[in-house]
Amino acid sequence: MVYLLFFYFSIVVIGLAYKVITARNPVHGVLTMLALFFHMAGFYLLLNAEFLAAVQIIVYCGAILVLYLFVLFLVDIKSEVKTGPFIKKGVKLAILSSVLLLLAFLRGVKNFTLGPHGHFTIARVKEMTHTKAIGQEVFTTYILPFEIAGLILLVAVIGGLALAKKETGGEEG
Amino acid sequence: MVHLSWYMTVSAILFSMGIFGFLTRRNLIMMLLCIELMLNAINLNLVAISHYMEDIRGQVLVFFIIAVAAAEAAIGLGLIVTLFRNVKSVHTEDLTSLKG
Repeated sequence: MVYLLFFYFSIVVIGLAYKVITARNPVHGVLTMLALFFHMAGFYLLLNAEFLAAVQIIVYCGAILVLYLFVLFLVDIKSEVKTGPFIKKGVKLAILSSVLLLLAFLRGVKNFTLGPHGHFTIARVKEMTHTKAIGQEVFTTYILPFEIAGLILLVAVIGGLALAKKETGGEEG
Repeated sequence: MVHLSWYMTVSAILFSMGIFGFLTRRNLIMMLLCIELMLNAINLNLVAISHYMEDIRGQVLVFFIIAVAAAEAAIGLGLIVTLFRNVKSVHTEDLTSLKG
């Protein structure tokens, strides 16, 4: 069963990624990405990370992709549909470089050895529930990075507002 | 039990596809979407390794990566809206004001 789910998720995710990077219409690309994110959440469920699956669906599908869709409606995408999604020169070079990168990664995967095991065994995480385990780590060991992430989000809110605001008088626009 | 290297292979394939899309797409929004694809590949890798190492640090890192990805999407799309207002285009070949 786990094998079946793994192969289903991997085939669907890779197929959807192919659809995303070749989509002629950006709106279709964004909507395909939505399905891809749901299947990534399925991967997380397979790996006993329920909290991350929920965060993936809420943040990626619920917030980030809606933002993408709104911006797509604000800009002009008609010419894209007419002239095609890819740049004119250098597509072959890009294929070559990404395939070389993939081969390098696969070589790394082949030679990968796992480090020493930690304290959070699967049984222990199941017993204390995943949300509690991750919350304990975030709010004790990683409290400073957590605060910094909050600051980053604050800067993003202010920066997004300042960037997208229409300039009214004063400086040259 | 699904082997760890299978997850890492899927993640590597996704990352390479993200790189390819980032290098070849004309539309800046689709380039940003390809960055999200690469971030997702890395997240999958981190969650898988964290699960097989029986440690939870990798998953905490994924949590932070998702937060930073949200910030990056907000700022990047704000930049694209501003750019579209000034240049009237979101395609890379039209951004030639540095060409002289």
